[in-house]
Amino acid sequence: MLRLLRRVFSSEYVVLLLTAIYVLGMWPIVPQIVSIGTLIDVLIAMMPLLVLAIGQTFVVLIAGIDLSITSTAAIGSVVAASLMTGDGGLFAGSAFAMPVAIATFLVVGVCVGTLNGFCVARLGMPPFIVTLVSQMFLSGLAVWFTSTVSTSVSIGNLPLAFTVIGRGGVAGVPYAFLLCAAVALGAYWVLRFTLLGKWLYAVGTNPQAARVSGVPVSRVVWLAFILSSFCASIAAIIYTGRLETGTPILGQRVFLDVIGAVVIGGVSLFGGKGKISWVIFGVLFLSVVDKGLQLLGVSLFAVFAVKGGVILVAAVLDALRNRLLVGSAR
Amino acid sequence: MSFLSEQIDTSAVLQVHNLRKSFFGVEVLRGVSFSLRPGRSLGLIGENGSAKTTAANIVNGLLKPSEGTMLIDRQTYAPNGPGDAMAAGIGFIHQELNLFENLTVAENVSLRAFPKTVGWLPQINKRRMKERARELLAEVGLEIDVDTPLSRLAQGERQLVEIAKALSVDTKIIIFDEPTTSLTAREATRLFDLIERLKKRGIATIYISHILTDVLRLCDEVVILRDGAMVENVSTDGLTVSHMIESMLGRPLADLFPERSPRTGVAAPLLEVRGLSQPGIVANLNFAVGVGEIVGIAGLMGSGRSEMARILFGLDPAVGGEVAVDGSVVGERSPRACMAASMALLTEDRRGDGLMMPATILANLTLAKAADVVPSSFSVVPEKRLEEDAREIATALRIKAHDLDRQPVRSLSGGNQQKVVLGKWLLRAPKVLILDEPTRGIDVGAKAEIYAQIQTLARNGAAVLVIASEFEELFGICDRILAMAHGEIVAEFSGPVFDREAVIAAAMQTQAEAS
Repeated sequence: MLRLLRRVFSSEYVVLLLTAIYVLGMWPIVPQIVSIGTLIDVLIAMMPLLVLAIGQTFVVLIAGIDLSITSTAAIGSVVAASLMTGDGGLFAGSAFAMPVAIATFLVVGVCVGTLNGFCVARLGMPPFIVTLVSQMFLSGLAVWFTSTVSTSVSIGNLPLAFTVIGRGGVAGVPYAFLLCAAVALGAYWVLRFTLLGKWLYAVGTNPQAARVSGVPVSRVVWLAFILSSFCASIAAIIYTGRLETGTPILGQRVFLDVIGAVVIGGVSLFGGKGKISWVIFGVLFLSVVDKGLQLLGVSLFAVFAVKGGVILVAAVLDALRNRLLVGSAR
Repeated sequence: MSFLSEQIDTSAVLQVHNLRKSFFGVEVLRGVSFSLRPGRSLGLIGENGSAKTTAANIVNGLLKPSEGTMLIDRQTYAPNGPGDAMAAGIGFIHQELNLFENLTVAENVSLRAFPKTVGWLPQINKRRMKERARELLAEVGLEIDVDTPLSRLAQGERQLVEIAKALSVDTKIIIFDEPTTSLTAREATRLFDLIERLKKRGIATIYISHILTDVLRLCDEVVILRDGAMVENVSTDGLTVSHMIESMLGRPLADLFPERSPRTGVAAPLLEVRGLSQPGIVANLNFAVGVGEIVGIAGLMGSGRSEMARILFGLDPAVGGEVAVDGSVVGERSPRACMAASMALLTEDRRGDGLMMPATILANLTLAKAADVVPSSFSVVPEKRLEEDAREIATALRIKAHDLDRQPVRSLSGGNQQKVVLGKWLLRAPKVLILDEPTRGIDVGAKAEIYAQIQTLARNGAAVLVIASEFEELFGICDRILAMAHGEIVAEFSGPVFDREAVIAAAMQTQAEAS
């Protein structure tokens, strides 16, 4: 029995198992938790969160943290929206509006990541401080920027060609899902097969040993931050498309969900350990918990409290799991 | 099982009977018994993985024995943690010292029991603390201002501080775990003198070391472990090193050093160092290592030997000079540029900057090679081919592991860990190999294998530069020895037979003059 428990807890799929237990436990109380509608809702909620969590994974793998992802998404959202909005945007009504806006999202993201990465990798500043500062600076900048181009608190009247990303799809598969799947596959490919993937794990595990072994440590750290911001801007595209407005408070609440999902998935905050599949499980679990609580009809505050508790339990389980693994390795 | 009354050694300060320890059903320590009298010293020796440290950790309360009893001063001793061990009068000097770099020497010495101004208030009486620290430092023979921050002290001095700390409370037994690994020859001598003085004061010591000559010199009795079992518990009178090795290995050790064929003629230089300087660290280094040549650097710690290795490999900067491999100067001073020039460096600190301890053996072995086989960071690494090569190297080096693909390097013994670091570089077939303390903290069996590997590499045409604290190693494997002191090369000796005294004198001379 103990051995079975140990095997279950040390399995990679323990989070998936917990998700199933949660759903089964909720089933008698809220039967609609097992339905196609719920599944679709959960998948929709998951998508931008997963993209952000994958970006965060690159940085957490090198034992860093990126606190600036939500304001990176926000600044991308308002700058891109200001270019394509029908209310006096530079590309208003133009056929180029959509591609230019997409490019803007990505360029803004890469710029923020480059700046964060420069401070961490070249100036040797701690990631926490660097990204905290960019978070504050960029969210302020986004609000100020919105006020200069719009009379309202957000930038609406976006072209249909863009907003379709949030709603439409090909053959019933939403664009957002395709975008998300592409990011997940790309990230999986980078981590699993490429030299950069090998380097990211090496830098996260022991940066000194990595340097002595010829890993360009500062370049790897830099790239991790760029990848994180790049993912943030893709999430911004999905969010902005869904909301049909560019807003400076985009995704403000999701930051802790992102960190929570990454930790629940089992990516180590100390670096060097984690997989994309784990992150997907973590995001799935958190989204399912969220949906279940919504169905129960509890208040938003209760949802936060429960989520906090769940993340805590996940962290405790993770510590326990590590201890079991260390024990069995002896 | 408990002591029968006639088994109790009434004069012993520590008596250990039939100590056993199992981890998850596997017995790693299989019945160790000894008794230690005041003022006596017990050597604890065995290969890596023979459970020396497990035994010491049980005595120190870090681990609980599965079976067996311990007595301190005829009282049952069953510690629940290192705190109990300390209270019972046991001091443990670990390989890695437990000191705080940000505190002063006096504060470090007094950590176990700060003198208070008023008994129950947390305020520390600084004056009394410093006085006491001065007394303790005098006892261990360290002449230094007690207000000096610990970070300014050399490794050997720190160890003396650690010993002073152990003496700050009423200590009856001091356990030394590999105390000389990071000491220079002179510091080690000073430590041995101190241990002798402690013995005279009636303090009993347990001395764990791979350096058998030291054990022979210091200890009165020796316990020899093999695979966790005690194979011998004898007096050191009339004991020889070769007998100890045989007893540890369970077989006679073929010559520790590989056989050498005398070198003929002068080899073409492969590694050339010209005028390499970094103020305060190394000064105007000029030397060459030829094809197939093994050159040793004989220097004390602080002579700039490890710093030189790091500079050569581009890890640390140099203001002047150049390094050339096979005639072409290495342009950029970075590890990557050096690797591109087919150089390799096995660092002194394999945990710190040699290995990724939690990562698998294969991940460690393939790390350096991976960048050679693909053009850019986003290229797919041909993992399969790389791992096949790595497995081949692992077999050639006889790395003892049950699963190269899953087992973390952390779970390997020191000798096998070192083989992984070596394997990482051998995979790239380097032309120039710099080895900084290649056999530190590893057992004799693994040492012999590593020497043999170095020899093979040189035979295949590599230029090898070896740095070692144990000069015996250099005498055993080098074709040439450069003596280094105060960042300079002060003398050169040609082998294969060396004038030992001359080499040692050369390595120590300027340092002795300077201090």
